[in-house]
Amino acid sequence: MARIDLQNLAHSYTLNSAGNPAGGKDYALKPLNHVWEQGGAYALLGPSGCGKTTLLNIISGLLVPSEGRVLFDGRDVTELPTESRNIAQVFQFPVVYDTMTVYENLAFPLRNRGLRGPAVDARVREIAKLLDLTPDLGRRGRNLTADAKQKISLGRGLVRPDVAAILFDEPLTVIDPHLKWELRSKLKALHRALDLTMIYVTHDQTEAMTFADTVVVMHDGAVVQMGRPQELFERPAHVFVGHFIGSPGMNVLPAEVAGRQARIGGHEILLTRGYPHLDGGRRIEIGVRPEFATLAPAGAGVPVRVRRIDDLGRMRLAKVELSGIPMAATVPDSLSVAGEEASLLFEPAMVHVYADGALVEGEAA
Amino acid sequence: MDKPINQKAWLLVLPVLLIVAFSALVPLMTVVNYSVQDTFGNNQFFWNGIGWYQELLDPSTDLGGRFFDALWRNLLFSALILAIQVPLGIAVALAMPREGWRVAATLVVLALPLLIPWNVVGTIWQIFAREDIGLLGWVVNRLGIPYNYTNDPLSAWVTIVVMDVWHWTSLVALLCYAGLRSIPDAFYQAARIDGASRWAVFRNIQLPKMRRVLLIAVLLRFMDSFMIYTEPFVVTGGGPGNSTTFVSIDLVKLALGQFDLGKAAALSIVYNLVILAVCWVFYTVMTRMDAEK
Repeated sequence: MARIDLQNLAHSYTLNSAGNPAGGKDYALKPLNHVWEQGGAYALLGPSGCGKTTLLNIISGLLVPSEGRVLFDGRDVTELPTESRNIAQVFQFPVVYDTMTVYENLAFPLRNRGLRGPAVDARVREIAKLLDLTPDLGRRGRNLTADAKQKISLGRGLVRPDVAAILFDEPLTVIDPHLKWELRSKLKALHRALDLTMIYVTHDQTEAMTFADTVVVMHDGAVVQMGRPQELFERPAHVFVGHFIGSPGMNVLPAEVAGRQARIGGHEILLTRGYPHLDGGRRIEIGVRPEFATLAPAGAGVPVRVRRIDDLGRMRLAKVELSGIPMAATVPDSLSVAGEEASLLFEPAMVHVYADGALVEGEAA
Repeated sequence: MDKPINQKAWLLVLPVLLIVAFSALVPLMTVVNYSVQDTFGNNQFFWNGIGWYQELLDPSTDLGGRFFDALWRNLLFSALILAIQVPLGIAVALAMPREGWRVAATLVVLALPLLIPWNVVGTIWQIFAREDIGLLGWVVNRLGIPYNYTNDPLSAWVTIVVMDVWHWTSLVALLCYAGLRSIPDAFYQAARIDGASRWAVFRNIQLPKMRRVLLIAVLLRFMDSFMIYTEPFVVTGGGPGNSTTFVSIDLVKLALGQFDLGKAAALSIVYNLVILAVCWVFYTVMTRMDAEK
């Protein structure tokens, strides 16, 4: 059982002569405070190079952070080597010990910890059953498919009775698409069955949203938002989250905001909250997802010019221009668009205001 | 599907056939030709059938005795070389740095012995190990250990084995290093998480990944050490007595010293067949291991 606390954690791969990070730009991971609750299913989501693997390696102990502390249930493990932490990690490329059978692979972490005899056997068989690996127990590791190998990597983590948290570093990258879904459901089921903390690193939003209860979005070495998948979708705390999550991403439009009105090139959009104190100098934008901007016949809402309509199967998407600014909007099934002239209806509660990229909390009316 | 038959295609093979004929088949047949004849000089040859072969493979004859003595020396030498160079090469490869400027420096230092011409290696060690003026020989004798490769067979063997280790361990080390470098970091990280000991990492990750390059290294080192000629010839000339006379050295004595062309030719053929047989065994083992994969 483990609750993992990260306190003022930061890491830099390049150190100056004094052994400290040379400057803000050198941080692969910017100073961070975070708590991973026992039993949670977390996803660390972000583009390549945003620091998510660095963070993962610090938690698992493969990397010692240049600043800050890692606590497991209040115990400081910052300097502790991986093997002394009750943690397991599954890597992007499946790691299977070629010369051993599947059984020996699964027994390996137990035997390394001095366990012998029937205890090992019982545990290995239990985990093999859980992962549907029982028929393969006698086979050599190297002859297996990528997904079976990845299951073995996972199994070596699960088999240890002391493991309280499992870290996944983009574990489905090399798995065939049709097996990804299956393996992900398996992980979900395991999480429910075993009461383990799971931290899952990925750059795939679908994987993150379907796996995790809490998604942590990282960008440029910092956590930009943390929340339930729905929160990330409906209230992105940063325009980056808006872009990165959702397909297509959120529309971000430069606007002038005063009180409960946003103004884009002479057109007014109503907001549900008031923004009286937006001081000058900052870049003010409004963000609205295409799902919350629907196309309507000309005259019904804010006038736009339709450029193209794409049928995505589950929905129709219009590429429109609002005062010359391109954006995307949903086309209702009932609407048939003729010509370029149309208008947009916004769902006021889903129109957010951003200053220099960060969400501005408005005042309730 | 019908295969089109075109006899003109044979012409495409002709150039290769010609090259192989002149580079391998014709010289080889010349040797076979000598091996079934006897000559007393003056360019006169007499048919001897398989006589030389019978004599060569019968240890009770003079020729056969010489051959088998030399062959056992060769096998002992190869066994020693493999027993020392393979573990040592692996150890060196494991100790080599994995990143930074040290990698390039280590590679250059390791490659140096491999770049020295073989007879120069012999000359270096011939002087280095002399008990009167050689640094090594002089120091060893000053330490109170009697060491003189010109009159003591053990000293001569030690000199030749150490020289070969100095010359060729780099090759094994470089091959193993290449094998080690091909192991992704994730394997080491996973092993740490699995709590594997240093030995378990070596046994279960590094050794299996090095297996193929190791086979090649063993093959190369066996072939080379089994055919050794230049270095012992330069250092000891086969002596003292016959104690370091390997098959190749004996062969040269027979062919160019005594001008026994028939005996020497038969010896060449048998020597060649032994090496081919070993090659075949290695090849079979390697392909079978591949098929298992």
